[in-house]
Amino acid sequence: MIPELGQFALILALAMAVIQGTLPIFGAQMGKTTWMNVARPAAFGQATFVTIALAVLTYAFVTQDFSVVYVAQNSNLLLPIPYRVSAVWGAHEGSLLLWVWILAVWTVAVALFSRSQPDGFIARVIGVMGWISVGFLLFTLLTSNPFLRHVPALPDGNDLNPLLQDPGLIIHPPMLYTGYVGFSVAFAFAIAALLEGRVDSRWVRWSRPWTNVAWAFLTIGIALGSWWAYYELGWGGWWFWDPVENASFMPWLAGTALIHSQAVTDKRGAFKSWTILLAISAFSLSLLGTFLVRSGVLTSVHAFASDPERGMFILGFLFVLCGGALLLYAIRAPGIATGGQFSTVSRETALLTNNLFMAGSAAMVLVGTLYPLIAEAAGWGKISVGPPYFGLMFFILMAPIILLMPYGPFTRWRSDNAGRLVRDSLPLLAVSVVAGVAPWIVWQDLSIRGVLGLAGGIWVMAMTIKYLLHVNRSAKSRWLGMPRLSRAALGMLLAHLGVGVFLIGVTMVETRGIEKDVAMKPGESFEANGYDFQFLGVNRVDGPNYQADQGVFSVSRGGDVIAELRPEKRGYSRGGQIMTEAAIDPGLTRDLYVSLGEPLDETGSWAVRVYFKPFIRWIWLGALMMMAGGMLAASDQRYFREAAAARKARAAAQGDGEPAAQGDEAPAAA
Amino acid sequence: MTPTRKRRLYAVLAIAVGVSGAVALALTALNDNMLFFFSPAEVHAGEVPSGSNFRLGGMVLDGSVSRTPGDLKVRFVLTDYNKSVPVEFEGILPDLFREGQGIIAQGALSTGASGEQVFIASEVLAKHDETYMPPEVADALKKAEEAKEAAGDS
Repeated sequence: MIPELGQFALILALAMAVIQGTLPIFGAQMGKTTWMNVARPAAFGQATFVTIALAVLTYAFVTQDFSVVYVAQNSNLLLPIPYRVSAVWGAHEGSLLLWVWILAVWTVAVALFSRSQPDGFIARVIGVMGWISVGFLLFTLLTSNPFLRHVPALPDGNDLNPLLQDPGLIIHPPMLYTGYVGFSVAFAFAIAALLEGRVDSRWVRWSRPWTNVAWAFLTIGIALGSWWAYYELGWGGWWFWDPVENASFMPWLAGTALIHSQAVTDKRGAFKSWTILLAISAFSLSLLGTFLVRSGVLTSVHAFASDPERGMFILGFLFVLCGGALLLYAIRAPGIATGGQFSTVSRETALLTNNLFMAGSAAMVLVGTLYPLIAEAAGWGKISVGPPYFGLMFFILMAPIILLMPYGPFTRWRSDNAGRLVRDSLPLLAVSVVAGVAPWIVWQDLSIRGVLGLAGGIWVMAMTIKYLLHVNRSAKSRWLGMPRLSRAALGMLLAHLGVGVFLIGVTMVETRGIEKDVAMKPGESFEANGYDFQFLGVNRVDGPNYQADQGVFSVSRGGDVIAELRPEKRGYSRGGQIMTEAAIDPGLTRDLYVSLGEPLDETGSWAVRVYFKPFIRWIWLGALMMMAGGMLAASDQRYFREAAAARKARAAAQGDGEPAAQGDEAPAAA
Repeated sequence: MTPTRKRRLYAVLAIAVGVSGAVALALTALNDNMLFFFSPAEVHAGEVPSGSNFRLGGMVLDGSVSRTPGDLKVRFVLTDYNKSVPVEFEGILPDLFREGQGIIAQGALSTGASGEQVFIASEVLAKHDETYMPPEVADALKKAEEAKEAAGDS
């Protein structure tokens, strides 16, 4: 009976979403306040029902209700409780439900934190989010119902894919989806502005914190996925340019462009149309990502069993949503006023350059990801595009960004002097060049990418810190020795610093990492970069739902034992899937990584993977800093102050006037 | 032309040049890094340009996997149950590699000791999900299972 309740709740949620998508928008277009006021209650109602549905599915997993097909396919009696919960989003149906639920949470958040904004505008925003919800609820109910029954109940379930039985995978999908779906807020704000016909910089100001939060979640979601792939897949890589990774990376690139373009539109009123287009593209790319992952049209290492019919639904939905948005844009675009003037050397130009390269990178990833599809449709044969394409293109497109990025904060709005900017940066430029060339001299065999990567990383970090000190010196008052920067500016600096840290990590791993596959007998040793990996043998160990061969390795350096690594080869009892569990000794400057291949012969020798990964933690540390920067920027006091001022103005105007002009106090930077 | 218009013209020109440059670059990079996919039948029909890197896909023939003791060299046969191609690989195979499983190998053809064609794989890819299978096979298996369940319940 209980699973049917979940199903019922989903249908009610769909009904609520239809109301949320229609009445408020019509009300806003026709000026009917009572209709507009339906927006918030409908959003709350929809969220309540989706939450009930998600709770019911979770309950079915925790209580092992194998009469539900989805539960039976993705859980079994031996599965530990935490993985029973995360199994809710371990496969297609449940992950869609999670998608819809996160959308509902975002909608509720918008409904709650938008009291300061005009009713008509917010009614449209919530209405647009309602339509997105309708699409995904229909998708869930029609093609991927998680509550389908199997009568009679099965005695035991299949199993959750062992790869997903991991703490990283408990949090990776929710974070990633929060990011994906979060771009729907910026999208809805853009569409609402277009619907209203008042495309000015107000909507951008309101949507900025939302975009920053969504971007921060997407950043950490992608980083978690990368970290998980690194330790769980047993190949020690952190990025593979796999179509599914690209699917999450494209919205990230578009989103990065969006947060920079929003800054210009907010501060200077320029790039209004461009910002709207980016908001539409970021969310469309999120949907495209969902399509690519869920349809299985591309051969990917992530290709979990998938279904073309589902892909067609998302593709159709993508066309309707993206096409509709672009049509609306085409109708309204001629009426969009152009913004403030600026000269060739100005912060506007710097941010525009950022946008061009970010959008270019997104397009480049899109072309590489979709090319195999196009080629197959055109009959050119079955093709795949290899990582070298992405690696080369990305290097070419990112090099200018890395070179120019540190100038951004130093450059003034409207107009600046290029000579001054370059002159001021010369000492640090020299330092960076030395930082790149010196390791090349010491190590002899550093590639050109290695030299440029290290120089670039140091360049970005040094210039960012210089900016912090420079503002510190010119600021009148200090707080705990910190300059009086707005949180938005601090967030930006933290994120830029993160880019530098990330770049150092990537460069070190790619150029100085050691990856060896070796055959080892018990007692034998293998030396990598001064670390001595001694293979002591393999034991048999039992886990809750698997048996494993556990290898024992003693790692020493200069005679001192520094770590004992125990990689495992697990055989899961149900389904018999084999899984590699790597053993890692992590460190800030290096990871030591061992994973087991397979037994080679009767003498106890094994195929073993021995990796030395310098600075690999910096990759995720950099991503973490970018995420923290995004969150910090979103929490800027300015948004709260402006909201409070607008509320006050509305109260003064008896609750139905437009908000008063918002005081734009310029923080020291931003 | 007013100075503003002139500046805009330059900006548009710069963007146009940049975009076409980027597109040209992307297409060149694509062409250099494209990998074609061929089945064992296509390999036998001689459709593979000689010396090129490509992806070979098929099922691992039962009983065909053999190792040389002491090192990481492994040999197996990829088949589409009609034609087959022997494959050599040195390294660690993915967890989901096993006989009777569909896999994709990346590498190039070379001529073996006895003059036959051997595929030298630099990479072997298998899916994340053991239940993944070509749709036709999955369908047949599902039907068989349903029939078995129906028999067991009655």
